[in-house]
Amino acid sequence: MATKVLMEALSPTMEEGRVIKWLKHEGDTVKSGETLAEVETDKAVMELVARGDGVLRAVLVAEGTTVEVGKLVGVIAAANEDISMVTGGAPKTAALPAAAPAASAASAASAASAASAASRAHQALSTPAPAPAPAGRVRASPLARRLATEQGLDLGGVAGSGPGGRIVKRDLEGAAAAIPPSLVSRPSSPGGSRDVPLTQIRKTIAKRLSQSLGPVPHFFLTAEIDMERAWDAREALNKLDTGHRVSFNDLIVKFTALALLKHPECNAWWMDDRIRYFSDVHIGMAVAVEDGLITPVIRNAHTKGLREIAAESKDFAERARSRKLKPEEYTGSTFSISNLGMLDIDQFTAIINPPEAGILAVGSIVQQPVVHEGQIVARRRMRVTMSCDHRVIDGATGARFLQTLRQMLENPLTMVW
Amino acid sequence: MPILTYRDALNQALREEMERDPNVFLMGEEVGVYQGAYKVSRGLLESFGEKRVVDTPITELGFAGVGVGAAMVGLRPVIEFMTWNFALLALDQIINSAAKMLYMSGGQVPIPIVFRGPGGAARQLGAQHSQAFESWYAHIPGLKVVTPATPADAKGLLKSAIRDNNPVIFLEGEMLYNMKGEVPEGEHLVPLGLADVKREGSDVTIICHSKTVIPCEKAATALAEQHGVSAEVIDLRSIRPLDTETILASVRKTNRCVIVEEGWPFCGVGAQVVDEIQRVAFDDLDAPVIRVTGADVPMPYNKALERATKPNVDSIIEAVKTVSYMD
Repeated sequence: MATKVLMEALSPTMEEGRVIKWLKHEGDTVKSGETLAEVETDKAVMELVARGDGVLRAVLVAEGTTVEVGKLVGVIAAANEDISMVTGGAPKTAALPAAAPAASAASAASAASAASAASRAHQALSTPAPAPAPAGRVRASPLARRLATEQGLDLGGVAGSGPGGRIVKRDLEGAAAAIPPSLVSRPSSPGGSRDVPLTQIRKTIAKRLSQSLGPVPHFFLTAEIDMERAWDAREALNKLDTGHRVSFNDLIVKFTALALLKHPECNAWWMDDRIRYFSDVHIGMAVAVEDGLITPVIRNAHTKGLREIAAESKDFAERARSRKLKPEEYTGSTFSISNLGMLDIDQFTAIINPPEAGILAVGSIVQQPVVHEGQIVARRRMRVTMSCDHRVIDGATGARFLQTLRQMLENPLTMVW
Repeated sequence: MPILTYRDALNQALREEMERDPNVFLMGEEVGVYQGAYKVSRGLLESFGEKRVVDTPITELGFAGVGVGAAMVGLRPVIEFMTWNFALLALDQIINSAAKMLYMSGGQVPIPIVFRGPGGAARQLGAQHSQAFESWYAHIPGLKVVTPATPADAKGLLKSAIRDNNPVIFLEGEMLYNMKGEVPEGEHLVPLGLADVKREGSDVTIICHSKTVIPCEKAATALAEQHGVSAEVIDLRSIRPLDTETILASVRKTNRCVIVEEGWPFCGVGAQVVDEIQRVAFDDLDAPVIRVTGADVPMPYNKALERATKPNVDSIIEAVKTVSYMD
């Protein structure tokens, strides 16, 4: 029995993948679980593994080619097995000739053709040869498509048992359980959370605001924070020369996590019919990469020491730039931080990473003349802007969180308080 | 309940309707003295006399036209064609007069007429006498088309057809005339446009009419016993009006469908049924609908070839297996 090699969804948001390198070639014997190819997803370079044993009989996509998730890229089968049915719709196969038109009544009228009438009677019954599928299209019966939509399944990951690989109803029975979570459209949830069904007022707020400002109705809260003490604290720590230099970003990650612990109403996901509040804080940290950005996640940032956070974020940033992050390392954050301070941006607004309810945009620390204890003096100041999903967070809620964050950053000892 | 043959059930319907309504009369070749080529009109001349059981010359166009004229002035004629193959000669009266008169008179002149006789193939009657015409007549707006498959339906549908104020094409089965079955006595009316679920099932819908109901029921039994497939068999009974409600309810339940008919495939009855299904129940289909039809050839005279052109139990089972992805 042939096993199809399909472009799999190797990240939760992956819609297409680029085959970078085939590690196995046509004719190679492969075992289930062995790596067949390296695939570049929207986030990283991942491994595409064999889902069956046999010989890699066909490689249907050249290196460097980008194909949609769910598309047939190869076939694993026994050495002498006929795989033409499986490769029927693949680009390597020449298009099949159109089905011969039915014999006309006129030609059938001759006595000689009467003998072939019997065989034509069966023509309508036999399964027609599979027509070439348009590239990348998932072949599924209308019913299977409807059921998949209802169950939130991605048909790209389902193997079809019908003619020409058509996905039919029976292929979906139990598929919800069998499909890896990465193929299910809704993101998997990090542990330690509670779901709260929407109250009517939250439903109304969500509906009205979404109509007003797109699907995620943002609003923005800006605070200017005095960073003198944080500056001193960081200087002191880095003087210890432990081998771990603490950045301001590390400080902000840590304090944001602690502030979120005090304001769990901002540490939440919008789940359409409910809001999921988390008791643990997982901070997504936006990292610029060559042609985009990625948000590796500092898990349980509220429990980690500054040194630990510093080491982890340094490692993440490096691996993000070389595209070596694993999907589990850049998914499941409960709140995100985007810092453009090092690029001399004073203040900006960041766009929320759904389903999270908030993101903090951090500007640079600059010396400014401010009134401090009755005197105009130069102080180091930093502006942060929190983008809030108004369906989850109201103005006062977000403001109270920022108030706590400011108090903490302005008095770093609160970290151990 | 009395057991009657299909022919006697038709006879009973004619007798009851002629007794009930003096405007009803029977006309056609050999319907009187000879009592019908297939003995459907046995005893009617004796009971109702020459005025209401009228033997005609061999002039299909002529007596069809006389029938349409009689209907125009308020009678309710039943026109018997010895077979529907001969009715080809009367098509102008059926299509251009009977079907259109109500429309062209602005609703003033209804044509309450029944054209009836055996349709479809029998055995070795050759190309010109072995054809199923239901799709021809069903194509015409203004005609109703009825195809009873059992004695009870033959009686109930003929009584309803005679009482209907529109021209009704009533296609009997030559091979069905000797078929026996329970027939309710007296006022047994089967409404036109209502299909009958002959057998309930959950895995596949088999749609059929007229003679093909028999192989479909046999196929359903074999599928249950040998393949564990639960097939629902729907006898359309009326081709027009078509009972789409019953068809769609069944397809929504089973998600797959096979349509069986004796006629030719091109523009056949099944083509219309497929159109209804794919348009309305698209999202309920798990497989393309497949049709089992007569072969796309004039009927061969040779016995073996003739058998091979007709839908049969094996070809129906094969089609069910295909739509069930069982191969």
